[in-house]
Amino acid sequence: MADASRLLLARRQSIFLPLFILTLLSVCSLVFAVAQGSVSLSPYAVWQAFAGQGTELNQVLVLELRLPRVMAGFATGGLLAVSGALMQILLRNPLADPYVLGISGGASVAALTAILLGISGLLLSGMAFLGAVLSTILVFGLSSRLGNMATMRLLLTGVVIASGWGALITLMLALAPPYKIPGMLYWLMGDLSYASTPWLAWAVLLPTCLVLMPLGRSLNVLARGPLQAAALGVNVKVLERIVFLLASLLTAIAVTTAGSVGFVGLVIPHMLRMVLGNDQRLILPASALAGGCLVTLADTLARTVIAPEQLPVGVITALIGVPTFLYLLQRGRL
Amino acid sequence: MTRVSVGASTPTCLRLKDLLVAVPNKVLDPANALSLSFQAGQMWGVLGPNGVGKTSLLHTLATLLPQASGSIALNDQLVSKMPRSSLAQQLGIMFQEHQDGFPATVLETVMLGRFPHLSPWERETDQDLSLVLASLERLDLLAFQERPLRDLSGGERQRVALATLMAQSPSVWLVDEPTNHLDLRYQVEAMKVLAEQAATGRLVVMSLHDVNVATQWCSHVLLLYPDRPPIWGTAEALLTKDNLEPLYSQKLAVTALEGKPLFIPVA
Repeated sequence: MADASRLLLARRQSIFLPLFILTLLSVCSLVFAVAQGSVSLSPYAVWQAFAGQGTELNQVLVLELRLPRVMAGFATGGLLAVSGALMQILLRNPLADPYVLGISGGASVAALTAILLGISGLLLSGMAFLGAVLSTILVFGLSSRLGNMATMRLLLTGVVIASGWGALITLMLALAPPYKIPGMLYWLMGDLSYASTPWLAWAVLLPTCLVLMPLGRSLNVLARGPLQAAALGVNVKVLERIVFLLASLLTAIAVTTAGSVGFVGLVIPHMLRMVLGNDQRLILPASALAGGCLVTLADTLARTVIAPEQLPVGVITALIGVPTFLYLLQRGRL
Repeated sequence: MTRVSVGASTPTCLRLKDLLVAVPNKVLDPANALSLSFQAGQMWGVLGPNGVGKTSLLHTLATLLPQASGSIALNDQLVSKMPRSSLAQQLGIMFQEHQDGFPATVLETVMLGRFPHLSPWERETDQDLSLVLASLERLDLLAFQERPLRDLSGGERQRVALATLMAQSPSVWLVDEPTNHLDLRYQVEAMKVLAEQAATGRLVVMSLHDVNVATQWCSHVLLLYPDRPPIWGTAEALLTKDNLEPLYSQKLAVTALEGKPLFIPVA
């Protein structure tokens, strides 16, 4: 079967080549993002700052001001894109996104409460995380009645709880003192200026990608439907729970880091599937890289387009995401 | 980890003992208990009217539905005690309804048949790929391999499902209505594929709605009656007008074609 071996070799290459290209793109976008800002630096100046050379100002600018935010943006994008890809498999719906089950709603209500109480910084992030966890537990508890998690019940429970959070958010905005409203709106749109540290996001993103590697094939089978997956030897109940909890954790960390940045989790897995096919072993790591690139570049735009003022990064991802999504929909590729 | 199915080397036997299948909306009756052995090389047809539990029986044998009582043993091992992953290496099922899952191509779908034979860290080998390509070729799907599943017709999807089961290559084939959606040529082709599997020492158990497919292809039949205990045995002995008329509550005319009976419903 010489033909078969060639085909297999081609398929193997088709896994590693895209990941290699996306890794290169990621490095380029990270360097670009660190170089851009109120003061533009050359890539060489960025390199010098990393190497501990160059001016002290450049070193502070690169290592202490820009690098943490850029790294946080990249990790947020990666978390959201992987979470979106997982949700889409779990719900067998290519239109699902990380927020469809109400996780960001819970986080938003908690974060807005914190802003209203005058809490900021790490404590605000902690509140947002608690809100996300609370919402996850609520959806999971209500939908896994009798130990059996039917996808449709999960989706409906999530959607209803999300709209409940939505109503609460509106109520809080209506009752908030006017001077607090801009801060609340920025948080709701997703804004990386709140990102105090990138390391939590990275500490979750990297191990999750490792855990997902051996699960990729099972996820391919689960995508064909729970009955087919069970017939091929997958423990569907356990796998669905792992996927739900992982996706929730990723979303919670992303929302905690940067607020609810929209469209990344929806658009990135989609575009990748159109180009790279449906093998989750490739799509999941590729989503992490491509999602990271998108948010990194979007945040660079958000920081520079009306500098010294800043836009919330969520505005930029929505401006990119909405037309892209409508275009895909029109082309009938969904 | 068994890389190659053991189907041909050890004769397979699926043994039911006092098995009661839980059929939706039906009261369990101990008189309906099934105690029989399906042996390697046999081609079983499960016949009965709509809603009598043909699909439920196949799903129960594949442990996708819990059995109401009794036991199912595959080569003297209780299937309910076997890990799902090792059961899937020996026993495969093709469903009647094809769930509309996530987008995927024909090649990707058929490749999933190899899933039970690979450990989580393994990638498909040349051997897996050649098995998949052979299955695609057997069902004339080679030209379709890059097509998305949702663009296919019902009959083409049926052939993809059969090719997936072929790639899984289990020693027990459970097939729910193999001829559904297929045109005449592929009805025959699908039955030929199943007969080849039985001829190479595998066990095929299929549900059928067409009695005449059973007379032509099955070595054994299991008749599930709505209102009396089931009967089972060789196709030759059981496929008679006297047994079939009460099975379907339908008057039949019988004629002979090439030495086999041919049943025709009469109004």
